[in-house]
Amino acid sequence: MEILPDIASLINSTLRISTPLIFAAMAGLFAERSGVIDFGLEGKMLAAAFVAAVGSYYFGSPWLGLILAIIACVSLSMLHGFASVTHKGDQVVSCVAINILMIGLTTALAAAWFGQAGLTPTLTDEQRFLEITLPFTDVLRDVPVVGIIYSDILSGHYIFVYLAYLCVPIVFWIVFKTSFGLRLRAVGENPSAVDTAGINVFTMRYKALMINGVLIAFAGAHLSTAVNANFFREMSAGRGYLALAALIFGKWHPKTALIACLLFGFTDALQIRLQGVELPAIGTIPVQLIQAIPYVLTVVLLAGFVGKAIAPNAIGQPYVKER
Amino acid sequence: MVAAVDKSRVPWWVSNLIVPLVNLILALLVSALFIFIAGENPVQAVKLIIYGSFGYLDGFAYTLYYTTNFVFTGLAFAVAFHCRLFNIGGEGQAYIGGLGVFLVAINVSFLPVPIVWLLAIAGAFIFGAAWAFIPAYLQAKRGSHVVITTIMFNFIASSLMVFLLVDVIRDMKQMGPHTVALPKEIWFPTFKEFAALFGVKIRYSPLNVSFLLAIAASFFVWFLVWKTKWGYEMRAVGHNMQAAIYAGISPYKNIIIAMCISGGLAGLLGINEILGVHHKIVAGFPAGYGFTGIAVALMGRNHPIGIFPAAFLFGILYQGGSEVTFDMPNITRYMFVAVQGVIILFSGALENLFRPQIESFFVNKLNMKREI
Repeated sequence: MEILPDIASLINSTLRISTPLIFAAMAGLFAERSGVIDFGLEGKMLAAAFVAAVGSYYFGSPWLGLILAIIACVSLSMLHGFASVTHKGDQVVSCVAINILMIGLTTALAAAWFGQAGLTPTLTDEQRFLEITLPFTDVLRDVPVVGIIYSDILSGHYIFVYLAYLCVPIVFWIVFKTSFGLRLRAVGENPSAVDTAGINVFTMRYKALMINGVLIAFAGAHLSTAVNANFFREMSAGRGYLALAALIFGKWHPKTALIACLLFGFTDALQIRLQGVELPAIGTIPVQLIQAIPYVLTVVLLAGFVGKAIAPNAIGQPYVKER
Repeated sequence: MVAAVDKSRVPWWVSNLIVPLVNLILALLVSALFIFIAGENPVQAVKLIIYGSFGYLDGFAYTLYYTTNFVFTGLAFAVAFHCRLFNIGGEGQAYIGGLGVFLVAINVSFLPVPIVWLLAIAGAFIFGAAWAFIPAYLQAKRGSHVVITTIMFNFIASSLMVFLLVDVIRDMKQMGPHTVALPKEIWFPTFKEFAALFGVKIRYSPLNVSFLLAIAASFFVWFLVWKTKWGYEMRAVGHNMQAAIYAGISPYKNIIIAMCISGGLAGLLGINEILGVHHKIVAGFPAGYGFTGIAVALMGRNHPIGIFPAAFLFGILYQGGSEVTFDMPNITRYMFVAVQGVIILFSGALENLFRPQIESFFVNKLNMKREI
């Protein structure tokens, strides 16, 4: 039977491919729950990927790269906050600006510093995150069922993969079980009520954006210093938007957003697996059409086959304190 | 913080000329900083941009050719924006619009040339509009955010077109992913031919009659949005949907029409690129013009009168920019993508950064004059 290892490897890739989506969706959750639209996940992910790759190349440590990526993403989130919270500019326009700026700037600087191709130098093993083999992997490999689940599916991932799945329950706890989370949700639903209660709406939104910046940095670092060993042009390939779609599809809730991310991850894994494979009755599907599957799925899911998504009430509206 | 001034006392030229100009200057200063970080001299870069876009006739013609593209995509974004829709899908709509131009032109090329052109323009518009229709419908009926769906449709359009260009409509005698060329008789007259009539010799120029089509499209948009009942309804929906519904205006209908016209205008880019320049579909011909349209529209304050100079400015940046990339090894065309981002940031998202200060400065000044 060849099918079991196939399924195991498919699940394994799903877990890995979903990772940046999960970080991005959780990042988006904080911003959007506080009432700030964040289409800028795509641009921030690119920025993080670029900064992480350049940082670990220069300083020789992927952790330093990650820290720099966090700084970069938090700054971009603050810029978004400065434009759309403080100056009440249009939130979508601000996000589009960040995305286009980052598509251009990352590639332009990579080209200026490392040559025309717009790639950063390949990182050595010391400069990037490596797969973690969980203890007892070899011992358990031959045990039926458990062996496959433990050794082939759960073991051998990058640290970000484990962090991503750890991050979801933490986000759930923060957003739904703490007073900070209550305030966060309230600011997104009814900012004037929160203001009346003596909580600063602007500070809350800035705090949310700060967490947003930290989380999205992990997604970018995962792309350029773990899965790949360098940064390349537009390497985020629409993942920021997919994550946002997953968040909307998951109704701005960590658990359902996670499921949506896994669904996207699975489609992507399947898509890679299907390339060049002869299918019974259909034959080989052209690779360009297979690659479009995740994007088509996004549109189909957003079209709301599961009912209309209700966004946080005050999303997209700058808060104006009455005078 | 400066207290906001009474809007009615602010002269129109302050809010519509001075403020955008200050924002643009700020954006260009930040861009200069990027060029400096990339290790080149910004002053030298500006000199190259001005020389490249104005310094010689071929270069100036190129500037106007880029302007043509940006007028189409800028108008496209602006029309949707008046209905508060963010059509980020200009890129995909232009790509599919190009498919429309080619399919129509190759199938009706036996007809008299002006009729072929009209049909091709209709083809560009209808294909572009059709590609915008699905996101529009989903936004109107299902509330799927148009930003995400149009971005997805860009990816899908790109996959679809590469598939078609590789497997279906490729010129099978050639290796590259492009179609056969359209018959020479139906190509758009170019600036080169026009200049030759006056005895001016030009080596090559992509500038063609589409430039006039861009001017016509600008008038069309102005008339449609500001002079028709439909334009009024659309702006009403964009301004306050609840009020529009109360006034008996259907938001669904207007969202769909606004997006389709927007997509159609983006599709017209295919006319410039295919009837005017390439004469066949080349993989990836929209080359980011769709995204640049966003910056053009925001800088032009979503009005054709503003969009035209904004498109011209981006034409200068593109043509002058290619001059820069020739001469400065550290600068690639992506630097100018970053510049677009900065311009969107300052003239779109941060447009209110210094507005209160500037407006109150001028209002006080004018008051002082009056008192004297």
